[in-house]
Amino acid sequence: MDFARAHVLVCGGTGCTSSGSVKLIEEFEKRLAENDLEKEVKIIKTGCFGLCALGPVVVIYPEGAFYSMVKVEDVEEIVKEHLLKGRIVKRLLYQETLENDNVKSLNEVDFYKKQRRIALRNCGVIDPENIEEYIGTDGYQAFGKALTEMTPEGVIEEIKKSGLRGRGGAGFPTGLKWMFTANANGENGKFVACNADEGDPGAFMDRSILEGDPHAVIEAMAIAAYAVGADQGYIYIRAEYPIAVQRLKIAIEQAKEYGLLGDNIFGTDFCFNLEIRLGAGAFVCGEETALMTSIEGFRGEPRPRPPFPANKGLWQKPTLLNNVETYANITQIILNGADWFTSIGTEKSKGTKVFALGGKIKNTGLVEIPMGTTLREIVEEIGGGIPNGKKFKAAQTGGPSGGCIPASLIDTAIDYDSLIAIGSMMGSGGLIVMDEDTCMVDIAKFFLEFTVDESCGKCTPCRVGTKRMLEILDRITKGNGTLADIDKLEELAEGIKSTALCGLGQTAPNPVLSTLRYFRDEYIAHVVDKKCPAGVCKALLSYKIDPEKCKGCSLCARQCPVNAISGEIKSPFTIDTAKCIKCGACESSCKFNAISKQ
Amino acid sequence: MSEITTVAFSGTKEQEEQLMKAIAEHKGQDGALIPVLHEAQNIYGYLPIEVQKIISDELGVSMAEIYGVVTFYTQFTTNPKGKYNIAVCLGTACYVKGSGTLLDKIKEKLGIDVGECTPDGKYSVEATRCIGACGLAPVLTVNEDVYGRLTPDDIDGILAKYN
Repeated sequence: MDFARAHVLVCGGTGCTSSGSVKLIEEFEKRLAENDLEKEVKIIKTGCFGLCALGPVVVIYPEGAFYSMVKVEDVEEIVKEHLLKGRIVKRLLYQETLENDNVKSLNEVDFYKKQRRIALRNCGVIDPENIEEYIGTDGYQAFGKALTEMTPEGVIEEIKKSGLRGRGGAGFPTGLKWMFTANANGENGKFVACNADEGDPGAFMDRSILEGDPHAVIEAMAIAAYAVGADQGYIYIRAEYPIAVQRLKIAIEQAKEYGLLGDNIFGTDFCFNLEIRLGAGAFVCGEETALMTSIEGFRGEPRPRPPFPANKGLWQKPTLLNNVETYANITQIILNGADWFTSIGTEKSKGTKVFALGGKIKNTGLVEIPMGTTLREIVEEIGGGIPNGKKFKAAQTGGPSGGCIPASLIDTAIDYDSLIAIGSMMGSGGLIVMDEDTCMVDIAKFFLEFTVDESCGKCTPCRVGTKRMLEILDRITKGNGTLADIDKLEELAEGIKSTALCGLGQTAPNPVLSTLRYFRDEYIAHVVDKKCPAGVCKALLSYKIDPEKCKGCSLCARQCPVNAISGEIKSPFTIDTAKCIKCGACESSCKFNAISKQ
Repeated sequence: MSEITTVAFSGTKEQEEQLMKAIAEHKGQDGALIPVLHEAQNIYGYLPIEVQKIISDELGVSMAEIYGVVTFYTQFTTNPKGKYNIAVCLGTACYVKGSGTLLDKIKEKLGIDVGECTPDGKYSVEATRCIGACGLAPVLTVNEDVYGRLTPDDIDGILAKYN
């Protein structure tokens, strides 16, 4: 085996690939060859480091220098200075790692300090396309331990004791699910399946785990199959995640080659095979019964429960279905024991949770925090706060099934139960931060548009009910709503919640209910005052010229497509609001910031 | 998305051979229809009724069922895409950062709506769910190229690159 004196880790996650990391790798290869360094320095394409806002990210070991927003033009300097002469290029470092001109460890940086990486432990650390790197970080040891030292019942007992709950959003105890499937009659076969149909817009932790550490999921599925008595597994993954699909395919092939998948694994009687099934862009397929209908090759419509998948799942056979992040915790629980896992987190929510931090926040990216961390710690410390000096208004968790947490509840310690209590939910882990420029009625409408679009149409409350709710919201945002509309909205929401067939429909009204609960005054402002306080809803805006600031240059009048602005040169201009179409061309053209919307 | 396209079908012999090969690989497998549709769309770029008919005959699945599946999933399309397919991300992170205004600007510039193709076959526009590049929000892609941290003023420059 070759030993390199330095390792260049380039992030190959979707975020950094989108910002050009593939070109960086090519440039590094070229420059290293020019300097005869290709034998001494190894380039590794890793999974996601988490700090997507600063992509593309390059980390060079042994120093652990964290370079951010690296451009192709910077590569030559890094090679010549850092790799050839041993001088870190401070100009290109993530500036948070610099303190008084000294480079400090990444773990001391605010973004990483409060994180605890269990599910993401290998992301950004190993080459996901090389099984040996995974094995080098204790990979497949948990599987070996389970298979040769533990009984299936022993494995299930350990998972039950760990208190692990489903990371897909609902938080059902994982050990119980395993036990139900193990107890089901499996004479015609059983299946294990992995839900990688991450449909919540704004959540990408499952993708990052599959891209950065695919073997962790494969190993956990094999352990699960052993525990429940299955011999065939399916990973149902979104077709929109090409990099993750590719790495999974490579990982499955490598695991087969190494005898970690297939027949008589580790010389035992245990056999397990794994197949990938691609989703085709239907949000409802994240619901467990719909997912299975889709794997079977049909329209992905949910089925009534019971029977639960543990008894009648894929092709009517007992099926264990867990989410990617849930699986990513399994190997560590088996290796380190349930007691270790229960030492992390809160009383009823053990371990960590990965959140995709997005929206109006400085450090957009992926963070893994112990359960019980407060929203304030996530937003202000890890996330680095709101950019442009704006104020925090709300955080949205749980995607289209969740709700908005207002600023007054920012000190809530996050776990499954606390989020439900305040009208939101954990969900798969999207955490979108909103500032004062976000209109809460518009956000509720945005999520409802999503659910209306994604409703499969099987049950009436969801198919018709959400549509009626959207129509009401549309009226309100256009200034045509009445106070009675708000009551109607609430009534419909409660009705849909209690009567829809599946999780999608039952949770679809949540964004509306939670914004009504915490931001009712905004709804009332839209209905009664015909104003959008955040200045988002176009129909309720009016543009005004501040006569104090206006120099009378006429630029805005010339930009206006409908000739709504008039005035005399060198004296303040005015806007005829009856003619104005609110396109905003005047505002962006004004050089004196004299035009504002109200 | 569900309308039958007016563009005439022009599949080649090679494409049909590829399709038959893909069907042969999956035939007999449980739940083979969706994997076959994925491959067919990779081969033809879309799933016109003619292609659905071949799949129906070969897999022994009724046309009604195939059409039902094709129109259920947003990834499958019965309309051909333009030479340049512009996809604007409407995931939450991008939406909060203003991707809605990007989409409006593109629709206005090209004079087409989401899911449509310009008459010359050059551009098509779609609104996608989260593509996972939230760090770059708001984001759009033109075929394989990703553009991030955009404002509506960047649209003209981007379109100009694809002529």
